[in-house]
Amino acid sequence: MSHWIITPVVLPAMLAAILVLMVREHIVVQRALSMAGALALTVISAGLFWQASDGTITLYQLGNWPAPFGIVLVADRLSTLMLLLTTVLAPLVLLYAMGSGWDLRGRHFHPLFQFQLMGILGAFLTGDAFNLFVFFEVLLIASYGLMIHSGGRQRLRAGTQYVLYNLLGSTLFLFALGTIYAQTGTLNMADLAGRVAELDPAASAGIRVAAVLLLMVFAIKAAVLPLHFWLPDSYAHAPAPVAALFAIMTKVGAYGIIRVYTLVFPPDLEITQGLFDVWLMPAALLTLALGMIGVLGAARIDRLVAFSVIGSMGLLLASVSLFTPEGIAAALYYAIHSTLATAALFLLVDQIRDGRGAAGPMLVHGRPIAGGALIAGMFFVAAIAMTGLPPLSGFLGKLLILDAALTSPLVWWVWAVVLSGSLVAVVGFSRAGSLIFWKAHQEGPDIGEADPQTEPEVEDETVQPDSTKGPVAPRPVTPMVAIGGLIALLVALTVLAGPVNRALTATAAQLFAPAPYIELVLTTPGKKIKDDTHGDETSSHDTGAEVEAETGEDH
Amino acid sequence: MELLIASAVGVLTAAGIYMVLRLRTFPVIIGTSLLSYAVNVFLFASGRLAMDAPPVLRDGAERYTDPLPQALVLTAIVISFGMTAVVVIIALGSWLSADDDLVDRPAEPRETAQ
Repeated sequence: MSHWIITPVVLPAMLAAILVLMVREHIVVQRALSMAGALALTVISAGLFWQASDGTITLYQLGNWPAPFGIVLVADRLSTLMLLLTTVLAPLVLLYAMGSGWDLRGRHFHPLFQFQLMGILGAFLTGDAFNLFVFFEVLLIASYGLMIHSGGRQRLRAGTQYVLYNLLGSTLFLFALGTIYAQTGTLNMADLAGRVAELDPAASAGIRVAAVLLLMVFAIKAAVLPLHFWLPDSYAHAPAPVAALFAIMTKVGAYGIIRVYTLVFPPDLEITQGLFDVWLMPAALLTLALGMIGVLGAARIDRLVAFSVIGSMGLLLASVSLFTPEGIAAALYYAIHSTLATAALFLLVDQIRDGRGAAGPMLVHGRPIAGGALIAGMFFVAAIAMTGLPPLSGFLGKLLILDAALTSPLVWWVWAVVLSGSLVAVVGFSRAGSLIFWKAHQEGPDIGEADPQTEPEVEDETVQPDSTKGPVAPRPVTPMVAIGGLIALLVALTVLAGPVNRALTATAAQLFAPAPYIELVLTTPGKKIKDDTHGDETSSHDTGAEVEAETGEDH
Repeated sequence: MELLIASAVGVLTAAGIYMVLRLRTFPVIIGTSLLSYAVNVFLFASGRLAMDAPPVLRDGAERYTDPLPQALVLTAIVISFGMTAVVVIIALGSWLSADDDLVDRPAEPRETAQ
């Protein structure tokens, strides 16, 4: 049994502990270790992705306990794809955090970042529903710390809302898991798949409730329409690198939906009929519409980007809720694209916010950004990608989704909402871009140079005090390198769309043929469970012995 | 027994939801705590209720109670306890920096160009 699968969980966990306990006072060492860890994770994830890319599914039994009893980690195409996406994003975000000094504006940025990675990677790998909950909590509790990193009135307020919302989400998750356990007696996803299929459709009220509750939990994470309220404030007020990392968090929700509703409640299952075409699809389309209207109506550039995240999640889930292999493949392509584009946009917003003086993130007439040509160019490219204009990956992703929707009975709704949503987003982004980058050079009431004290409404913690006075110092290069890296990845995703799409089609095909996954998880022998005829003392003694784990492999 | 547990879960949930819908952080935090108690009791009951039964199988045990929900509920208690502590600290920070304990953001002055 290869131990590489557990390293994406263990490495950041150990690293975070080392960072917080041993080198908490040495920021240089922290930065070096944190970056080294993130890069090592990228390499490991690439290795796991390569291993899974020929269709093999790899199983890791924790403590060598066999599947329905022990916790398993499973690395299949989808898991390793999400793993790779996260660990490619992480070093770039980290680079930005270091280059812009965000990690110095509060304590413990790097340990929290590593714990966050641990939670996200663990959630992608686990094959056990309760373990998924635990990893969700790990990533959430780290995100609470990151969310309020460097403090400030508005950020703490937004942080309180974010934490409370997610606490309620966690409670729902537990209710869902309790219901599932009460109905089936297992929480291992592969085992659940078999037992749910055997349930009598006539007496399936409990499991149907559980399926809906679980969908709601993932919908909260993915910010689907009636449950999206936490997102705009949290993302707009989170520190920029954190918001960029959060780009992957909404995808954790989407991943949960894809994983659970292809494996445990597959689309042809009778008891969960209608969950997607009747409920999720309209909700996703409304989410898309709401996000795009938000883009148009936002008064601040950071909220504008946050609403574009909601819009892109709507599009992604509309594609997921088709629940065809084409739909899932298109959704995965769009997920990769929107993660990178969102991260790039949030980092750019930070640069814009810092560079505009008192106008900060407000979409008002402000002063031009020093050295703004590069930022403007990058914003232009990222906005093209986000709104889905040709030639970048957003356009391809949208095209794939529109193509996949052709088989759906709701095809006209999908096309209408997606296309008009794109138009609205283009208008919103071009309004923001021209206001910030072009109109700043024209004559006009110059908010940016006005006395900041007379305008309390634009006073914002996110504006750095030193950026409001005097000529701006030359910009550090590192943040721009990080943003440039994200944009280069977007371009690469566009250029390599063919191979990527083939890989994603194979991923979707693997999801829709879950039999090998289930068989691997349930039939792999683990530690031999002894016949317990000697009473309590010996059994507890035996289970603690590591020797047993080693010999277990031979059986 | 079933009636007692079921109504405990129901009452705790109802009270929790009512409290969560308040506008100030203190009642909201109490509400989330009540909800987490409710879900803990619910999880505990999800392996069926068996009185005076051992939690593990052994020879001669005619009936037993499911040990897994007990492990699950232990995890859930630890997590919800930790989360409550975190939210208390964050809410406290928010209260100290903003001088009020409203959960909602106060209506922002319109951030448009004057």
